[in-house]
Amino acid sequence: MPRPTKYHLASDAPADTFAQEFERLPIQELAYRSRNVEADRVQHILGQGRAESLEDFAALLSPKASESLELLAAQSQQLTQRFFGKAVRLFAPLYLSNECVNICTYCGFSRNNDIPRITIPESLVEEQVAKLARQGFRSLLLVAGEHPKYVSNGYVESCIRRSLEHMPGISIELGPMEADEYKPLVQSGAEALIVYQETYHRPTYESLHKAGPKKYYAWRQDTPERGYAAGFRRLGIGALFGLYDWRYEAVSVAAHAQYLLRKCWKSQVSISLPRMRPAAGEFQPDPSFFISDREMVQLICALRLFLPHLGITLSTREPSHLRDGLVPLGITLMSAGSSTEPGGYDHFDETQWTSTEDQPGEQFQIADERAPREIASMIRAQGYEAVWKDHDQALAISSEPAQLAQIG
Amino acid sequence: MQSDLNNEPLTIAGRSFPSRLLVGTGKFSSNEQMRDALRASGSGLVTVALKRANLSGKEDPFADILDYLEADRYLVLPNTAGAMNAEEAVRIARLAEAAGLPKWLKLEIHPDPNYLLPDPIETLEAAEMLVKEGWTVLPYINADPVLAARLQDVGCATVMPLGSPIGSNRGLETRAQIEIIIEQARVPVVVDAGLGAPSQAAEAMEMGADAVLINTAIAVAPDPCRMARAFATAVEAGRAAFETGLGPISKTAEATSPLTAFLG
Repeated sequence: MPRPTKYHLASDAPADTFAQEFERLPIQELAYRSRNVEADRVQHILGQGRAESLEDFAALLSPKASESLELLAAQSQQLTQRFFGKAVRLFAPLYLSNECVNICTYCGFSRNNDIPRITIPESLVEEQVAKLARQGFRSLLLVAGEHPKYVSNGYVESCIRRSLEHMPGISIELGPMEADEYKPLVQSGAEALIVYQETYHRPTYESLHKAGPKKYYAWRQDTPERGYAAGFRRLGIGALFGLYDWRYEAVSVAAHAQYLLRKCWKSQVSISLPRMRPAAGEFQPDPSFFISDREMVQLICALRLFLPHLGITLSTREPSHLRDGLVPLGITLMSAGSSTEPGGYDHFDETQWTSTEDQPGEQFQIADERAPREIASMIRAQGYEAVWKDHDQALAISSEPAQLAQIG
Repeated sequence: MQSDLNNEPLTIAGRSFPSRLLVGTGKFSSNEQMRDALRASGSGLVTVALKRANLSGKEDPFADILDYLEADRYLVLPNTAGAMNAEEAVRIARLAEAAGLPKWLKLEIHPDPNYLLPDPIETLEAAEMLVKEGWTVLPYINADPVLAARLQDVGCATVMPLGSPIGSNRGLETRAQIEIIIEQARVPVVVDAGLGAPSQAAEAMEMGADAVLINTAIAVAPDPCRMARAFATAVEAGRAAFETGLGPISKTAEATSPLTAFLG
């Protein structure tokens, strides 16, 4: 698979990309200082009701800010309601394949893990999408491991087109590609591109990604900008919390979102903050990198004060009590009733929406196993609307090439 | 719902409406609450984002926002929120027509998904195409008097300048520009976006706006029905004040009993 190994060093990346910008940011210093912020600094920021800089945001991650969590949560709620209303958009992931050429020590799909490998046929994709649509979903995330066969043989494009028969909103989460490779996916009707950096801490990144194209840190980091150039309307980024110090990751991903909001101004930017979950393989996270529930709430509320327009996604990796509690505090998107195994919904009974079989080929175990309708009921019980449809096919497929941004 | 202020009715493209308050349907906590707030508003014209509605022609109980908009109470004005260019807006309009909605459209094209600021060039292009296709077009625009004039030239039924960015509650930050738009208008001027308080809506009406459109300030209020009534009342009061004529503003005192009356 031809990938630009020239990106291996950030200093080699083209000018004016986030990878280059990131090298100039004092992330380590901000993460360090965010542990030792004085109370008056926190009170000053809370008094403003906004974190006006990355420094302010880092300060809101401090133990001192944790002491004012209730006020932080109230401000986050207010800002979220103003910009997003009392609504949470729901989506479902559909795993197309667990075949992967990478060796990533923490990932269940890592090529050296002994799990059953499958790429589901297009007919089964459509069948499962229809099954998800019967549960209510009108927004779908297509996920696959990183494998060269998806890039050029039209499989993903075909899956998108067949999914659009049932789902007006299609997002994709695949191995990073060139902008030209993304264009057919946009033309097929995909609206959003999701790519997580996993960890923004470069030495950790390089130690965890042993082989395969994913080891190229800066190439991955610049992926959203290539997606924007190809015409995606929404860009999703994130860090996998548990791989490195959470404050470092938080400052980094916030800086990335801020950068994308300015540069990719026609895209809606969202962040996901997944925490490590049990998966195939021998990986054991460093306990000192663990982010607690309380810190997770603090992080989400701080993000809202820093970037009020940012979409914030909460996945089924999180336990139900935390997901319930976060609905009114700042999140805007939620997955529900998920299977992380390719073809996994085949084993779900439609009434209870629970799997009737083990899922040995799953990427990780989910924590919130409630059915989509239960999640929607929970959202409604909190005085929020569960939004199933927020995109139309009329917006998805353009006869013209998507608007190209001037990148680089 | 009508008060005794006897305001002139709002007329757009030959059709009269019972209120000068237009209401948006986004951001409510439920469809039921939206329905109740719309009733309380007394509005006869409500906008709905077509990206939220079922346009597929298939039964879709999960995209049922249109089911909550009572056709006998309102003219449902589909909007093109989500469209990033003229082509997409026109495509959405045609789908709305195919879905059986009236051929009225709130045209909004905003490539910026954060502040939702409208694209003037694409808006003008789409408006021209849609008017030629027989649509009654109500375009959402920045408060740009020249653009407003151009849109009237191509046949738009209203112009809808923003008071400030959507959802900002900052009120009439574009007041000076809107005054020019109103002065030059040949069609109704609807102030859309940014009005966060009934007093701001009244201010727009006192200036001579023909109507205002409110969404966020009602939808996210702790009691949307009560807030809808508050806006409805403010809009009526503001319009009555405009029709009656506000007194001139003077920097010097003008005694109600002139000091020189003794001169006869």
